[in-house]
Amino acid sequence: MGAYLLRRLLIAIPSLLGISLILFTVLALAPGDPFGELATNPNVPPEVRAALRAKYGLDDPLLMRYLHWLTAMLQGDWGFSFASRIDVDDLILQRLPTTLFVVGSSQVLALLVAVPVGILAALRPYSLLDQVANTLAFVGFSLPTFFTGLLFILVFSLKLDWLPFVYNADVAATGWRWYWEHLRQAIMPIAVLGLFQAASYTRYVRAAVLDVARLDYVTTARAKGLGEGAVTLRHIARNAMIPVVTLVALQIPAVFGGAIVTEQIFRVPGIGSLLINAMLANDTPVVMAVTFVFACLVVLFNLVADLLYGWLDPRISFR
Amino acid sequence: MAGSTLASPSAEAGAPAAAPAATGRDTWRRFRRHRLAVASSVLLGVMVLGVLVGGLVWPVAIDEIDFSAMLQGPSPQHPFGTDDLGQDLLARMIYGGRISLAVGFAAMLISTLVGVAVGALAGMSRGFLDSALMWLTDLFLSLPQLPLLLLVIYLFRDRLKEVFGVEGGVFVMIVAVIGGLRWMPVARLVRAQFLSLREKEFVEAARAQGAGPLHQVTRHILPNAIGPVIVAATIEVSAAIIAESTLSFLGLGFPPDIPTWGRLLFDAKDHLDVAPHWALFPGAAIFLTVLSINFIGDGLRDALDPRRVL
Repeated sequence: MGAYLLRRLLIAIPSLLGISLILFTVLALAPGDPFGELATNPNVPPEVRAALRAKYGLDDPLLMRYLHWLTAMLQGDWGFSFASRIDVDDLILQRLPTTLFVVGSSQVLALLVAVPVGILAALRPYSLLDQVANTLAFVGFSLPTFFTGLLFILVFSLKLDWLPFVYNADVAATGWRWYWEHLRQAIMPIAVLGLFQAASYTRYVRAAVLDVARLDYVTTARAKGLGEGAVTLRHIARNAMIPVVTLVALQIPAVFGGAIVTEQIFRVPGIGSLLINAMLANDTPVVMAVTFVFACLVVLFNLVADLLYGWLDPRISFR
Repeated sequence: MAGSTLASPSAEAGAPAAAPAATGRDTWRRFRRHRLAVASSVLLGVMVLGVLVGGLVWPVAIDEIDFSAMLQGPSPQHPFGTDDLGQDLLARMIYGGRISLAVGFAAMLISTLVGVAVGALAGMSRGFLDSALMWLTDLFLSLPQLPLLLLVIYLFRDRLKEVFGVEGGVFVMIVAVIGGLRWMPVARLVRAQFLSLREKEFVEAARAQGAGPLHQVTRHILPNAIGPVIVAATIEVSAAIIAESTLSFLGLGFPPDIPTWGRLLFDAKDHLDVAPHWALFPGAAIFLTVLSINFIGDGLRDALDPRRVL
């Protein structure tokens, strides 16, 4: 297990480096000069500007600048937010738990919906349940999150007045009431994101179960006289989950994309809404850092998926 | 034609030599069996026609401000209602829909072309180039797309606006970025197809007759790999439409004077309580377009994938 973990970690490093290289290339190719304002300011003499450029290494070769940037990012020196007037890493650490909470809960919700529905649909292919589930899945992933979010606000907040539509990180209540208020405001963002993912996951689960259910060892299990429940759960479902894990891992970048949209709609104070607000405020250090954090999160969750894969499939694990 | 069932053997027997035509008819017959896909084609056709010629039928200016008709619901004068400046929403949706759909198709063309090129190159070359291209594909697949999309637009929008003008600059950039970040599934698909097809006997026969790699690809391998690519390209259109709407919805896509459907939603979201129609019409337009394209893709998968013949 230890060696397996280490090897997966070593594989993750080049992809993280590749991602950081792409991010830096985008940044380096971008027009605009961080000291552009100084050039137009008549009170700053050109020598001062040149000294500043030399001090911050702007005239160095590109590779040097990349290495400088990378070491700074790795040391947690992510710069200073122009808009919020605090260090970028502090800002992100404040916001990150909320995003992880919303994204994590929505994934749990998505799997709780998708796995049972997908298995049931695949066990009775082309039945009424299968057709209804299939149609709903199509509707589900054709509804963009920004539109479902607005629909939820319209129905549950404005018409029915059941749920608040602005996420408030500092709930004033204490004790059980605190948990209740948090749950109430988190329901809509989690549901919007979770149901969208559930739609595509349902189709993956259905396809995977259909593939497995036809195999000989399933017939053998039935022939041994095992009950239908045991066959479904122990023999079919567990093996069908292996390709599903891969497909879910491929969806992770899209999940974080969806999180940005949901956070923006419900004003959830996570790193997604931080990214959008930083862009609207031209706060480049924050924009770069948040994008980098998103990239790291994607790599991290791919790693988790790899470990899960090894646990689900003993044939490939820990060699 | 191997593997397909004949619905009407007599009709097939009437045209023995016309293989390509029969294939087309066969495909159409299988597509037709998917009722939702046929209904979706009709719906999508109506919507495309609507945004293309709708401006002739409903010649109202998209920027005609009328403060006496602010935030009105649907009425005979304004079938889809008006926004907070009293502008006619139907006219704005016809104009914006043209751009939303154009972005979808253009981005699909880019992502499919890049994907086919990368996939074909990787599938035909053994060894280093193949692994390098696939490493690049996997790397792009694990990029956080939306943040990167937003980052590129954030950094480059001013420069492109100078070069191409406001509307053209944003269009070129959005299409290029969406297309450039979505080619990976097509590339993987094409490579997988190429890996199995290049070992088939008919390709080997062509090779034995002295066909070069380019000839093998264009005449023998690619035509046989094109079915799944068409299906994937269909899904790319809907994905690109959603991506553009998302960008515009976040306020970082098209500017307010170009009312794409996502941009209309962005403007409408602060007036949900008084003018829900403002959000519902463009939202429903995006939903119906994407839904019908996805169903068409599903129908095409049934029709074009020979393994799935019932």
